[in-house]
Amino acid sequence: MPAEKARTEIRITGFGGQGVVLAGHIIGHACAIHADRHATMIQSFGPEARGSSCSATLVVADDEVLYPYIRRPHILVAMSADGYDKYRDELLDDGLLVYEQDLVKPEFKQGQEAYGVPSTRIAESLGRAIVQNIVMVGFFAGVSRLVPEEAMREAVKHSVPPGTEELNLKAFDQGLKYAARQLAQPAVEVERPPLAGVTT
Amino acid sequence: MKADPTGVLTGAHYLDGDYACGEGAMAAGCRFVAGYPITPSTEVVERIARRFPTIGGTFIQMEDELASMAAVVGASWTGTKSMTVTSGPGFSLMMENIGLAAMMETPCVVVDVQRGGPSTGLPTMVGQSDVMQARWGSHGDYEVIVLCPQSPQEAFDLTIEAFNLSEIYRVPVLLLLDECVGHMTEKVVIPEAQEISVEPRRLTSKPPEEFEPYRLNGKPVPEFARAGDGYRFHTTGLTHDERGYPVMSVECQETCVRRLVDKIRDNADEIVRFEEHDTEDAEVVVVAFGITARVARLAVETARQRGIRVGFLRLIALWPFPEKRIHELAGSVGSFLVVEINYGQMVLEVERCAAGRARVSGLFHGGGGVHDPEAIVEAIVEAAS
Repeated sequence: MPAEKARTEIRITGFGGQGVVLAGHIIGHACAIHADRHATMIQSFGPEARGSSCSATLVVADDEVLYPYIRRPHILVAMSADGYDKYRDELLDDGLLVYEQDLVKPEFKQGQEAYGVPSTRIAESLGRAIVQNIVMVGFFAGVSRLVPEEAMREAVKHSVPPGTEELNLKAFDQGLKYAARQLAQPAVEVERPPLAGVTT
Repeated sequence: MKADPTGVLTGAHYLDGDYACGEGAMAAGCRFVAGYPITPSTEVVERIARRFPTIGGTFIQMEDELASMAAVVGASWTGTKSMTVTSGPGFSLMMENIGLAAMMETPCVVVDVQRGGPSTGLPTMVGQSDVMQARWGSHGDYEVIVLCPQSPQEAFDLTIEAFNLSEIYRVPVLLLLDECVGHMTEKVVIPEAQEISVEPRRLTSKPPEEFEPYRLNGKPVPEFARAGDGYRFHTTGLTHDERGYPVMSVECQETCVRRLVDKIRDNADEIVRFEEHDTEDAEVVVVAFGITARVARLAVETARQRGIRVGFLRLIALWPFPEKRIHELAGSVGSFLVVEINYGQMVLEVERCAAGRARVSGLFHGGGGVHDPEAIVEAIVEAAS
């Protein structure tokens, strides 16, 4: 099957209440509105309730996305252990794993890149655990290089509730900054990196 | 006329198909929505209920779908563009009053975001099995117009078109989304209000004492008088004469119902909407609609690359069906392959129009997901051999 041009499949997973769908929405928004790409997001509509695992998928391509679902994602963003366990096997053998390192203990696979971020702790240090997903979006922007940072930042600004832009952009920047530090190190992190110097 | 800018959220947005449908309705001038929540259609009314207070619209959450459809018929008779939104089981409950809207020639839009059926079926998962119900679901002879978008952008565009067609032909226009299109989020560009054409209600210029609600005046549909404007008239679901009063006779039935049917049939060439690719040299033409059209197009492109002469026809309006075009193509192609998320509905219509001049096969999916594009490629190969 010929893939749509430059097709990237992404799954974002976490537990209900973590802002999985909003994270997917922001990444899709960044690609489709601010980066001149095509992005189709689908959120899982199961009986998910707060606390159980849920997921959103994205297909990003240079031209129209004809097949809207993902098969084997290029990128798996795991914000919870349950989500990781449920979807880890579908990640491509040379895929990219992005994870919440305090909640997910991945079994690294040869050939896959993996980057972890303590996004919950970073969000807490900003005073609001609720922005964990935005820290993750910033981190994702940094390690995936899917679209320019500015596109992602614009998408954050346009997607969060009015009045919370400043906090959310701070969370985004923290994630981005953490990514820059991680990229300077080997991809697979086994040791938990220190948080010191990340918060401002 | 041009759209009222109040309801038009101009700009590039990242919206799901349900929200885009809601925005399309508001851009088209819809200012009354009555509905009863049901997955996967609820987001349409959520969007509208949130935005209506800022643009001067009225949303009522009704006690059920029978009442929702009845409220829409009533609101439309005040001259307000009106819509209801539902899915599977709710669509079934609306059928009687959709017939009432057809009989009373009430412009209105009914959105059905299709999920897997029958009965409560698969509330959160895709289906395309309401396509015959949309056409034939209410009792008696009548015609409706049914549009079927394949993307959030088209959900926006076709909702406006649905309102416009409902005003031109004074019929209920049904918009059949499916769960996949309704719940998928993509870029939706909403133009400036002055770039959006909307059809106003065609009000009578006659004084109240001369007005008869079903008297024709050189057009295929009668002129409209709004309730509340001082016109005293009668309208009913019973077979009626030009004055709107019931007449139980063979002659009146012939005049009244014949016109309901003919106003669409005689104008079908104006109303049919489809798109076609690569049919000139095609041995096989794939016919699909809604989300399946996108998946099928991927398969068609793949099969073309593998050297198969395959063309593609996407139904944008399901009803009226492009019967002339299918009949024409049947003279030049070897076969049609109809791909749909049901166990064989629109394929019957393709068979009818092909009238034995081309082979017709179907590739069906019971719902809950979309076709595997590779399975469609295989079916194309088989249909071509």
